[in-house]
Amino acid sequence: MRNFSYAQATSRADAIALLQQPETMSIAGGTELLNWKRIGIVEPARVVDITGIPDMEGVEALPNGGVRIGALTKLNDVAQHALIRDAYPVFSQAILKAASAQIRNLATIGGNPLQRVRCAYFRAEEPTPCNKRVAGSGCSAVAGIHDKHAIFGWTEDCVAVHPADPPVALAALDAAYVIENAKGVRRVPVQDIHVMPSENPAWHNILGNGDLITAIEIGAAATTSAYLKIRERESFEYATVSAAVALDLDGDVIRRARIALGSVAMRPWRLNATEQQLVGQRIGSSEAVAAVDAGFVDARPLSSNAYKITIARNATLRAIELAARAA
Amino acid sequence: MSNLGEPVPRSDGKIKVNGSARFAADQSLPGQLHAVFVSSTIPAGRVANIDTGLALGLPGVVRVLVAGDLPPLHADFNETMVPPLATKSIPMQSDEILHEGQPIAIVLAETLEAAEAGARAVRATYAPAPYINPEAAAPDAVDPERGGYSYLDASEFLKGDPEAAMTSAAHVVQAEYAQPTRHANPMEPSAILASWSGDNLTVYDSVQHLPAVQANLAATFGLERAAVRVISPHTGGGFGVKGYVWPHELLAAMAARVMRRPVKLVLTRRDMYGMVGTQPRVTQEIRLGADSTGKLVSMTHVVSNVTGLTEDYIEFATVPSRSFYACDNISNLQLVRRGNMTLPTYMRSPAEGPGSWALGSAMDELARAVGMDPIDLRLASYAEVDPVSGDPWSSKKLREAYALGSERFGWRSRPAGGTLDGHWRIGCGMADCSQGVTRFGSTVRVLLKADGTARFESSLCDVGQGPATIFAQVVGEILGLSPDRVHAVTGDTNLPPAGPTYGSATTISTGTALHQAATAVRDRLARLCGWPVAEIAMRGGSIVRGTESRTIEAVLSEAGVSELSGDGALEIENYADAGLPGFPARSFGAIFVEVGVDPELGLLRLRRATGAYSVGRILNARTARSQMIGGIVWGWGQAAMEASHFEPSLGRWHAKDLANVVLPVNADIPPEIDIAFVDEFDPNAGPLGVRSVGTMAATGVAAAVANAVYDAIGIRVRELPITPDKLVQG
Ligand SMILES: Cc1cc2nc3c(=O)[nH]c(=O)nc-3n(C[C@H](O)[C@H](O)[C@H](O)COP(=O)(O)OP(=O)(O)OC[C@H]3O[C@@H](n4cnc5c(N)ncnc54)[C@H](O)[C@@H]3O)c2cc1C
Ligand code: SF4
Repeated sequence: MRNFSYAQATSRADAIALLQQPETMSIAGGTELLNWKRIGIVEPARVVDITGIPDMEGVEALPNGGVRIGALTKLNDVAQHALIRDAYPVFSQAILKAASAQIRNLATIGGNPLQRVRCAYFRAEEPTPCNKRVAGSGCSAVAGIHDKHAIFGWTEDCVAVHPADPPVALAALDAAYVIENAKGVRRVPVQDIHVMPSENPAWHNILGNGDLITAIEIGAAATTSAYLKIRERESFEYATVSAAVALDLDGDVIRRARIALGSVAMRPWRLNATEQQLVGQRIGSSEAVAAVDAGFVDARPLSSNAYKITIARNATLRAIELAARAA
Repeated sequence: MSNLGEPVPRSDGKIKVNGSARFAADQSLPGQLHAVFVSSTIPAGRVANIDTGLALGLPGVVRVLVAGDLPPLHADFNETMVPPLATKSIPMQSDEILHEGQPIAIVLAETLEAAEAGARAVRATYAPAPYINPEAAAPDAVDPERGGYSYLDASEFLKGDPEAAMTSAAHVVQAEYAQPTRHANPMEPSAILASWSGDNLTVYDSVQHLPAVQANLAATFGLERAAVRVISPHTGGGFGVKGYVWPHELLAAMAARVMRRPVKLVLTRRDMYGMVGTQPRVTQEIRLGADSTGKLVSMTHVVSNVTGLTEDYIEFATVPSRSFYACDNISNLQLVRRGNMTLPTYMRSPAEGPGSWALGSAMDELARAVGMDPIDLRLASYAEVDPVSGDPWSSKKLREAYALGSERFGWRSRPAGGTLDGHWRIGCGMADCSQGVTRFGSTVRVLLKADGTARFESSLCDVGQGPATIFAQVVGEILGLSPDRVHAVTGDTNLPPAGPTYGSATTISTGTALHQAATAVRDRLARLCGWPVAEIAMRGGSIVRGTESRTIEAVLSEAGVSELSGDGALEIENYADAGLPGFPARSFGAIFVEVGVDPELGLLRLRRATGAYSVGRILNARTARSQMIGGIVWGWGQAAMEASHFEPSLGRWHAKDLANVVLPVNADIPPEIDIAFVDEFDPNAGPLGVRSVGTMAATGVAAAVANAVYDAIGIRVRELPITPDKLVQG
């Protein structure tokens, strides 16, 4: 591991200024950054600790009915907060199914969407062709081992999936990140922070030097919601596929459905066609099943992951059932 | 009252939980250097050049050793045996590369951080050669010239005329089963601290067998054994990969020799994939023929496993088909697939582990073909004697274990396969668990002190299973002391040499020697009293004869001796055997599991399990039960998730960590793990009446799970692990 200098930012402005220096990265909980440094994925010369910045931690109700979550809030503190647990079960569940209790006590909700792909080629300590490690070096996974990789939106240049859970729920809730830099503050819809391989296979997200996520904002409560995470072991494991569903029901008729899938693409994947077709359908009806199928028309398997399409489809149906039960 | 069998808590439990136990990597010596390996990134070829300039310029880096810098192997090394030396292919004796991950340079630095930075700064270039993917290599006959693994069991076996018998069988099932390579990944990686004083070498090492390390290090440098001292007070799990002696141990000692300073080497998790062994990928073809009543009339079993290029490691998965069931016609054949990989090794559970997966599945397929309950099918071919030798077993109470397990599990009244619980489909399955007994030569000394405490001394290493605890119970039983008055002094080659802590051989081997030593002490005490040995008893710190009683303190102080000692030895011709001559010994049992399968989501979960075992006498109900639970968890990992994938185009393990190689976690294991032992004393296995416990617990589990999956959803999975892709249905 390369030696680095360490500084503590005292304010958002201070952090933003420090982060504009070359070869500089911020550190929050450090649960990802330290792994990257050990493996050799990043070798920053300077690390700026942002955990001491005031006003970036905690959950507060917004006047319009939504909530605002400080980026430095620990995963467990978000999930267990009454405002989140009661109004956004899908989000609380997604967090509690992420990582382990110990990691959730350290990891921040702002750092979470910035975690990188789990593709074993990307995480190798040995030199390996991987466009996300060395731009232009190629993709070992596309013709290699990729049974957990993408079924939506991949290209020959990268077939990895974004592995985070909380952003999948946030995508279904139409949440936004509040991003601040020297030029000002902007709000970016949750799924738009991620970069698809068709845009740039070497990138993970749109954040540039000096971009600080300060908060997450979610709109109106979504109590009829659920998160389903499919994995071969029961805990402490990334999803093979996950599904976040938020429903607006009239009896058992769907007025509005918002559905995002996790671990199927380089960003949380909204099932737009499904959402449109579900309007006016009954929970459990054959029309609802057909609507879910419509969301998978553009799914494309790799040579060894077609099973993920089946699981994702069935997980979507199951998550709709779970959300409806929460009503 | 006897303390044998009591659930005495492990004597090392507290220090393991509170973190004060000091493992090999926790030791430090003044002036020590930290070593970090640079390892080959290609699977085959030669090292062309190693540029150490950048590394040597880093602060704290003292030296980078490359091939020519290390002392050559002494001529004595030619006489060493593979095993217990894992492989004779010692890296950095030439520039040849036989597998990815092979050490090619050693960076030595004042701190671990500096050594790690140095290792990353070393630039190696290679002359690559075409490599052989072992998994794609054609199976070949075992070559007895390639190492000594082939001498550990039979590569071929033939009894009767299996082909003829197969043609006349009423029912035949035939299938191929596969399981992937799995790395043991003990919590504590291998670690060694080597230090020289003149021509004397001392190592703190994380191992399962100290004398083997001593002998091989001595041969490496041409020393007398006594010039090498191995200390291993605690080992943080081994599961076989610390059983034999691996090259990194020799390299650390060589580096310390060159540097004239102590050298500490702690393998990284990644190193654990390239520098120590693994359970190899095994493929098995099985044919079973039965008559119309379900009795086995013919069995053929062909096994092939991957191995390295230098030695033929053989995973003897054919053992179950020649030892589990009575059958007149059996043929077995072991083959190997050689390629550029680290040599595999005996990992929990060897031989019967892979073998019971295939045979336990095939028996279930046969039971379904015949239309019999799988227990009844097994009872129809119950092996009353060892099918290989025809000799009677030392003791076998498998019928009782079937009855006990089936009763506790409710096997005969289990829910119909596929019964729904919400979206879960319930399935039940069972299989045989069994492991052959191995005994190793072992010695122990027992000392009885004037203060009424006792001590036993042996190079034995307690890898956490609890031998130090149960041996205190044994000594306490013989000398009439409570176990907490008996202290274990272990883990040092300056003590009487013990056999290894693997193959579940410790209790039967070292325990037999211990029994002898403690008995010798007791007899000496009786003689000091002038009482005939046959008339005395030891109780509550006293020696008792009829109505007379004298405290140990009193007897020793009157005799003017500070302590009494006794030596014990289990002597075995050729070092190891399979039980008392004429009494083949084997532990038996059955595992019953209930699983839930959600075929829409591809999910498989364990709901409950019962294991019932015939293992001889239980010396400690707690440690024995823990061993069995651990084995079932280990088996669940094998069944449901564990696999190390060989990346075919890169020629290396795809993931060398615990992130992309999934192991079970607590949340996977239901509280309903039920363990039962048949009440048994094996009179033909030694004075303690014990056979073997821990290793067999991981046998049979994978088959029981696959059988339960079939019961639940009608899909027969013949390739482990049973992951979502194999279960999901539209
Ligand atoms: C073993 C393990 C298992 C895991 N399992 C899961 C799982 O199942 N599901 C899941 O969703 N996640 C999982 N995670 C990921 C975990 O949730 C993330 O590592 C964590 O949320 C990252 O937060 P952090 O504060 O520790 O980030 P850090 O490691 O401190 O930072 C990560 C990156 O984000 C940047 N950063 C952090 N905060 C900000 C900010 N406010 N603004 C701008 N940039 C910022 C840093 O510069 C860095 O580049 C797992 C992690 C581990 C180690
Ligand atoms: S899938 Fe993406 S991360 Fe994985 S090897 Fe290809 S480019 Fe790298």
